[in-house]
Amino acid sequence: MDRKTIFDKTADLRRSDYFSSPGVPLISPGDVLSPQFLRDDLFLPSLGELDVVRHYSNLAKLNFSVDTNFYPLGSCTMKYNPKINESMSSLEGFTSIHPYQREDMTQGALELLYDLEQKLCEITGMKRFTLQPSSGAQGELAGMLMIRKFHELMGNKKNKVIIPDSAHGTNPATASMCGYDTLVIDSNSQGLIDIEKLRSMVDDKVAAIMLTNPNTLGLFEENILEISNIIHNKGGLLYYDGANLNPLLGIVKPASMGFDVVHLNFHKTFSTPHGCGGPGAGVVGVGDILKDFLPVPLVNKKNDKFYLDYEIKNSIGKVRTFYGNFNVLVKAYTYILRLGRDGLLRVAQNSVLNSRYLKEKLKKYYELAYIKDCMHEVVFTCEKQKERGASALDISKRLIDFNIHPPTMYFPLIVKEALMIEPTETESKETLDNFIQIMIEINKEIDVSLEKLKNSPLTTILKRVDEVNVARNPKVRWIKDKKSI
Amino acid sequence: MIDLKFTKSHEWVKLDGEIVTIGITDYAQHQLGDVVFIELPEMGDKFDQGSQFGTIESTKAATELFIPLTGEVVEINSELSNNPQWVNENPLGKGWMIKIKVNILSEMGSLLDEGSYKKILEDEINK
Repeated sequence: MDRKTIFDKTADLRRSDYFSSPGVPLISPGDVLSPQFLRDDLFLPSLGELDVVRHYSNLAKLNFSVDTNFYPLGSCTMKYNPKINESMSSLEGFTSIHPYQREDMTQGALELLYDLEQKLCEITGMKRFTLQPSSGAQGELAGMLMIRKFHELMGNKKNKVIIPDSAHGTNPATASMCGYDTLVIDSNSQGLIDIEKLRSMVDDKVAAIMLTNPNTLGLFEENILEISNIIHNKGGLLYYDGANLNPLLGIVKPASMGFDVVHLNFHKTFSTPHGCGGPGAGVVGVGDILKDFLPVPLVNKKNDKFYLDYEIKNSIGKVRTFYGNFNVLVKAYTYILRLGRDGLLRVAQNSVLNSRYLKEKLKKYYELAYIKDCMHEVVFTCEKQKERGASALDISKRLIDFNIHPPTMYFPLIVKEALMIEPTETESKETLDNFIQIMIEINKEIDVSLEKLKNSPLTTILKRVDEVNVARNPKVRWIKDKKSI
Repeated sequence: MIDLKFTKSHEWVKLDGEIVTIGITDYAQHQLGDVVFIELPEMGDKFDQGSQFGTIESTKAATELFIPLTGEVVEINSELSNNPQWVNENPLGKGWMIKIKVNILSEMGSLLDEGSYKKILEDEINK
């Protein structure tokens, strides 16, 4: 496969122009537009239809996704998205409505939002949800803004937010955006929050602690109720980063762990596509204490009619246009209805079973970062491999040659040479066994053909990217090669 | 003999009267890996001891830079933005970051000497 862009190809290929003449006189733009509106420095690609189709079909073949191969990207939860989600969200009744339509014409859509909220409350134990935020990060911001407004109205003078050293980077970023100072709490030797240290850190100035449970090491914070007591006793609130809710579905509710605010990443937990900034959903649930602070509008019901309620007493206001990414919400609703309570429980159980299977089979070859039983993801450290010459990066790149997406690497930051593997619940034992064999094979290669690892990937059209150089000297624009035009 | 002091967060401080030069240690640059971007403060910016004065980014992660002493920025290594690799190549030399005029001389006592800093590194490596 060549690596030319569609612009480069314009220079090389002739246009295939077989259209019949239009039958009306042709006018050049200069005849009808004044010169100030004309420019000739735009270089637009111009190819025959077949060349365009081939160009993009071949590019599409290079695409890597869960639909093509195993994708054990830890913390990101690249789970399979059932195709029924697509067919349901493509129903004309959902795609042809407009947010400006009258409420009596969109009762079905409003009912779906209303019922989705009920189901999320059941799953998490929270009292109400806003479905508006369009990503986990935006959900975090909405959640922390509610916490800030709550403290302001209560007259609480608080300026600090506590965050574990294993946290997702969005947590301290969110706290900072809300004007808080972040305090980092260290993990203990088991990979859990050091309770005594926490106790000594928490005072009246602490507005909240932001936690994900299981944490980013894939370990369940067993002392969550004690953590909750320590924070609540000083008037602080508990924020739940729902990134890792997957293994707890149907087993424990965030509300039961003491959380006051919860955001859910729909792409991780409820099988909607990963947004990458595109349409996503990061809904936020709250307990009684923060119900009056939710963004407007909420969907409420009166005399059997659903309506958008803008009368929320202490609302932080609007966080997004209209009512969130409706189409994404339909997909999540489909997933929840199709799996039901039993199905969601099996999702949780299998996500843990799959990751523990990998952990048990691989721990002889790759050292575990923490010994404790993991939940839905497992973190290895490749320090021993590094001593033998291959870093976590080399091992990750080599996996590409076996059609496996590299796991998350060098995260959490507290694990050196980290490989963070999350198989997800939908993978079969055969897929997992194949991955295990390949990981063992790569470990052997370090001693017999280290060069292969260092130069990998060997099978892709682009070889190892010089990450340092591209970061130091980024070239992000295509520039026309004057000679070839 | 150059009088170098250190912090637990792996910055170094070179004392020259009330003007001190600040950078990150060799251990820090090694942990970060190849540095690709550095964000430094402006001339005249004032910082309290321990607050964040900049950001350093490698291919692995972005990390905060903490000021070892309270003071006002009087000089910036402006060439670093085009040559972030200097932090890797020579962290104690041309990889220096800022010079500040120190406000509270008594804070010097909170800095680590080379011996105590090395001990912290050993503990960190054995952790």
